Amino acid sequence: MHWLVKRVVQGGLTALAAISIAFFLTHSLPGGPMDHLRAVLRQQAGGQANPERLNAMVEAYTNIRPDTPLYVQYFDYVTSVLQGDLGQSIFYSRPVMDILASVLPWTLFVMGTAMIFTFIFGISMGTFQAYYEGTRMDKIATGVFVALNSIPYYIAGLVFIYVFGYILGWFPVHGRVASGVTPEEPIRFIFSALYHAILPIASVVVTGVGGWSVTMRGNSISVLGENYMEVGRLRGLPRSRLTLEYIGRNAVLPLYTSLMIAIGFIFGGSVILERIFVYPGVGYYMVEAINTRDYQLMMGAFLIITLAVVVGIFIADLTYGVIDPRIQQEEA
Amino acid sequence: MSDKNESTPFETVSGYQETYSDRMRATFDLWFYSPLSIIMDDIRTRIGITIIVIYILMGTVGVFIVDPPTLNQGPRLLGVFQSLEHPLGTTQQGRDLLGLIVHSTPPMLKMILSGAVFATSVAIVMGTLSGFKGGAVDRVLMTITDIALVIPGLPLIIVVGLAFPPRNPFMVGIVLTINAWAGLARSIRSEVLTIREMDYVEASAILGIPTRIIILKDILPNVMPYVLMNFMQAARNVIFASVGLYFLGLLPYTNLNWGVILNRAYQQGALTSGDAAHWILIPILTIGSLTFGLVYFAQGLDQIFNPRVRARHARTVEDESIPDS
Repeated sequence: MHWLVKRVVQGGLTALAAISIAFFLTHSLPGGPMDHLRAVLRQQAGGQANPERLNAMVEAYTNIRPDTPLYVQYFDYVTSVLQGDLGQSIFYSRPVMDILASVLPWTLFVMGTAMIFTFIFGISMGTFQAYYEGTRMDKIATGVFVALNSIPYYIAGLVFIYVFGYILGWFPVHGRVASGVTPEEPIRFIFSALYHAILPIASVVVTGVGGWSVTMRGNSISVLGENYMEVGRLRGLPRSRLTLEYIGRNAVLPLYTSLMIAIGFIFGGSVILERIFVYPGVGYYMVEAINTRDYQLMMGAFLIITLAVVVGIFIADLTYGVIDPRIQQEEA
Repeated sequence: MSDKNESTPFETVSGYQETYSDRMRATFDLWFYSPLSIIMDDIRTRIGITIIVIYILMGTVGVFIVDPPTLNQGPRLLGVFQSLEHPLGTTQQGRDLLGLIVHSTPPMLKMILSGAVFATSVAIVMGTLSGFKGGAVDRVLMTITDIALVIPGLPLIIVVGLAFPPRNPFMVGIVLTINAWAGLARSIRSEVLTIREMDYVEASAILGIPTRIIILKDILPNVMPYVLMNFMQAARNVIFASVGLYFLGLLPYTNLNWGVILNRAYQQGALTSGDAAHWILIPILTIGSLTFGLVYFAQGLDQIFNPRVRARHARTVEDESIPDS
C-alpha cells in the first residue's frame, strides 16, 4: 500500500505545482489580469465605483484579495481552488467551474478514446511487425507509419476537414452533436456525438499509431530473442499465450513512461484540436478565453486539463501495478 | 589517469603491442568510417540526412537566393507551377509562397536548435545527477521531473508564453520545450542506475575519480544513443508545437513561421475554396517533410549505436569474434 500512497502524494504535489504556476503567472501576466479586470469592472460600473467596492469585485472574480500580502493571496488562491472554486469568468459572467465542468466530459470522451485507440492499434501493429521482421510488409508498414507520424495531428485534422468535410461531405466538421439533437433522445444523441467525434479521433489515431508501433516493434524484437521465449516455444505453449503473456507483457512495460507522457501530450493537444474542429471542450474554451482576455477561464482550463492528466496518470499507474507485480513487491 | 603512481598493478603492460598508426586507424574507424558507412548503408539515415541538409541549406543559402516576400509582388492566388517567377504560387495578398516558406526557415531552425539543445541538456543534467547521486538529491530531482512530466505541455506553454511573450526565436524554442526534458531525464536516470552498478564504474569510483569525470567518461557515452534519438524527438516536438501555436495565433507574430502562413490561409478560407488549396497544402508539406526527415534519421541512428551493427561495418574488428545476429 506504501506504493499507492506514494503515487497519491505525487499526484497531489503535481496539482499543487500547477496551482502555484497558475497563481504565479496570473500575477506576472503583462498588464496584469487584475488591472484588466479592474478596468473592465470600472467600465461596467460606469466609472463611479469606489476602490473598495472594486477590490471586493476583483476578489469575487479571482479569489484574490488585491490589498493583502502576497503569501495571503497565494494561500487564499490555493484553498479556493482546492475547494473547487476557480473564480468567475468575466466574459460569460458565470463561475469558471460551471463552464468547464459542463464541457469536460466531451474532452475526456474525444481525447480518451483517441488515446486508447492509438495505444491499442500501435502496440498490436508493433507486435505484428516484429513477428514478420524484415519482410516486405514490415518495411512498408514501418515506412507508412513513420511518414504518418511525422504529420502533426492538427494538420491531419485540417486535411480530414478538407477531404471528408468539404470535398466528400461525409462528416460534420464542427460541433459536438448535430443542432437540435438533445440528450432527451439518447440513441440519436449518442450516434450524433460519435459521428461528430470520428474526425477528431481519427486525426489523433492516424498520426499517433506510428510512434507506438515503432517502439513496440523494437521491444518485441528484443523480447523474441530472449531465452525464455525459446523455452516457451520448446514447452509447446500455444502461440496466443506466447504473444500475449510473453511478448506483450514484457515489451509493453518499457512503454510505460511514454504512456505517461502521451496522456499529457494528448490532453494538452485538445487545445489545438478542439479549436480546429470547433469542438467546445476544455481546450476550446482555453483558446477562446485567451482571445477574449478572460484570464480566470484560461487559468481554470489549464488547471482542469492538468487535473485530468494527473487522474489519467494515476489510473495508468494502477494498471501498471497489475501488469508488473514487481513494483508492489519492491516497495513492500 | 594513473600517471602519478606508476607502480600500481593497474600499469601492467599488455603483451600485445599496438603502434601509433594502428591506434589512429582504430580511432578513425570508430569515430568516422564506421558511423559514416552505417549512415550511408542505411536508406533511412540517407533519406533523413538529405532532407535535413536541404532544410539547412534553405535556411542559410536559400534566404539569399529567394527574395523576401512582399505584398502584391505577384498576381493573387496564383496556382502551383503556373509561372517561373512564383513556382509555388502566391497568396491572397500576392505574396510569393516560395519566399514565405524559405524566409520562415531560419527562425524555425533556430527554434528547433535552441529547443532541442535546451531539452536534452537539462535532461542530461537532471538524469545523470539524480541517477548517480541517489538518495535525497535523487528524490528531489525526480519529484521535480515527475511534476514537469505530468503537467501537459501545450497548455503550460500557452500560459507561460502569454505571461512572458518570447520574441527571439531562440527564446521561443526554450519556452516550447519548457517541460519536454522530463521524459528523457527519466530514461537517462534509469540507464545511469544500471550503468552505475557496472564494474568499471565502481572501479573508477574506488580509484577516487571525481563524479564529474565519471559521469562524463564512463556514463554519458552509454546514454548517448538515447540522447541523440531524443534530440530528434525534441526537434520534432518543437516543430509541432511552434507551428500549432503560431497557427492558433497564441505566440507573438514577430517571426515568419510556417504556422503563420497556415493561419493566414485558414483564416481566409483556403480550406473551403478550391483555388486556394495550395496556400495551405504547401506549408503542410514543408512541415511534414522536415519532421519525416528528422524521425527517419533518428531511426537509422539507432543502428550506429548498436554494437553488433557497428562491428559488421568496422574494418578493424575481426569478423570471427562476432556471433551471427
